Amino acid sequence: MSYDRAITVFSPDGHLFQVEYAQEAVKKGSTAVGVRGKNVVVLGVEKKAVAKLQEDRTVRKICQLDDHVLMAFAGLTADARVLIKQARVECQSHKLTVEDPVTLEYITRYIASLKQRYTQSNGRRPFGISCLITGFDYDKTPHLYQTDPSGTYHEWKANAIGRNAKTVREFLEKNYSPDNVATEELTVKLAIKALLEVVQSGGKNLEVAVMKEGSGLQMLDVSEIEKIVQVVEKEKEEEAASKKKESKAESK
Amino acid sequence: MSSLGFPSDGVPIGDPNNSSTTAFEIPSKHNPPAFLQAAKDAGTPIKMEKGTTTLAFVYQGGIVVSVDSRATGGAYIFSQTVHKVLPITEHLVGTMAGGAADCQFWMNELRRRATLYELRNGERMSVAAASKLLANMLYGYKGMGLSIGTMISGWDNKGPSIFYVDTEGHRLKGELFSVGSGSTHAYGVLDTSYRFDMTKEEAIALGRRAIYHATYRDSGSGGLNNLYHITKDGWSFEGAVDVMEMHYKYEKEQYGESRAVKPEIEVA
Repeated sequence: MSYDRAITVFSPDGHLFQVEYAQEAVKKGSTAVGVRGKNVVVLGVEKKAVAKLQEDRTVRKICQLDDHVLMAFAGLTADARVLIKQARVECQSHKLTVEDPVTLEYITRYIASLKQRYTQSNGRRPFGISCLITGFDYDKTPHLYQTDPSGTYHEWKANAIGRNAKTVREFLEKNYSPDNVATEELTVKLAIKALLEVVQSGGKNLEVAVMKEGSGLQMLDVSEIEKIVQVVEKEKEEEAASKKKESKAESK
Repeated sequence: MSSLGFPSDGVPIGDPNNSSTTAFEIPSKHNPPAFLQAAKDAGTPIKMEKGTTTLAFVYQGGIVVSVDSRATGGAYIFSQTVHKVLPITEHLVGTMAGGAADCQFWMNELRRRATLYELRNGERMSVAAASKLLANMLYGYKGMGLSIGTMISGWDNKGPSIFYVDTEGHRLKGELFSVGSGSTHAYGVLDTSYRFDMTKEEAIALGRRAIYHATYRDSGSGGLNNLYHITKDGWSFEGAVDVMEMHYKYEKEQYGESRAVKPEIEVA
């Protein structure tokens, strides 16, 4: 008997198949990466190639939820639109009732609760997206959170979602260190480097957003990204060359 | 808002923040403003007076909240030992003026909501948030005859603050407030002697003196003076002083021994 028909039914071995299938949908989405620096947060996404006649600007994967909160997602774009709309309203509603901007934890919890509710009601399917939510709390600390279709959320120092997320995450695990994110340039470089592991090289294939404490969202120009990509490429070549030299020296 | 059925236009199913708000079902023909107006027109207006004196002010060392303890119904004194300072959390207090029952009930509701907020968010509720919650709750019953004039005072991460909230819909932030029928008398004393850089002893003395003067001249105020002091570590109760004791003490200071004699009455 198939247990993936209705969302509210558990399978005999404790699975909610619809939620797991939603996570599969996420894995088909284009890659997004988030890195929390010392006093800066960076989100980078893979820009999918657009059709010839399509206007480039209409594909936005990084959005602002409030002056101090950014979000990138991977998965079904239409689902993301609904969530973003409600999250934006909640950010303002919170400001009105509590006279303070939302904390990252609060808005992540709100989005995650919303996702969870859709895993436990009739006739609905879960949201097919994972989100990376990042920004600064009003006590000036940076945070990065990730949510998934099941409604769970966790805080991360750096993470990736979408296609090939595992590869990117492994790269980040090897290369993330407090020194590597001590400045804005280093943090942006790390995020781009991580994305380039799985994305075709070139500034026009990446979209990068940076947020410093107290200032809003800043999207990097294609030219700025290109510059950093070239630096990263050069460093890679130099590293490869020096490794070759070492192995040659050893083999002799 | 129904929690069944499909959401329209992405409206959330149920509200995660309001899982159990207290709300009263109002009878459909109920119209308190019309009732009050009819009573007025018939020559017997129903006066809602806030027979009390409460005050609160911010100074360099924190907040002093000073209140009387008399409850009146017209000219009848119901009680001389009413608690008019209602703690909301360890760092927030509210004062009572107006309808005693209304104040007690809605302060309890605010306490419940503030505790839930702390549990859900892992941090204390700010004074601004608590006062806004109360103001929004009361606004839903505006015009229906509730009578509350309260000062929500506390110390949060923005420092000490006092918000005046009432059933008319006011919500005002300020450094010095007095609420109740004796407030004008208290303002006179406060405005004369208030300084931001008072010491703790001076501030407490001022809080007590202002209440005493209000109880002396206003029939709606009397009994004991309860005084609370708020710092960043929370509120503390600084004691209850009978206003009659204060009377004799101040009389002695001002007029010397002759007027300070407390009549000794032999009770058979």
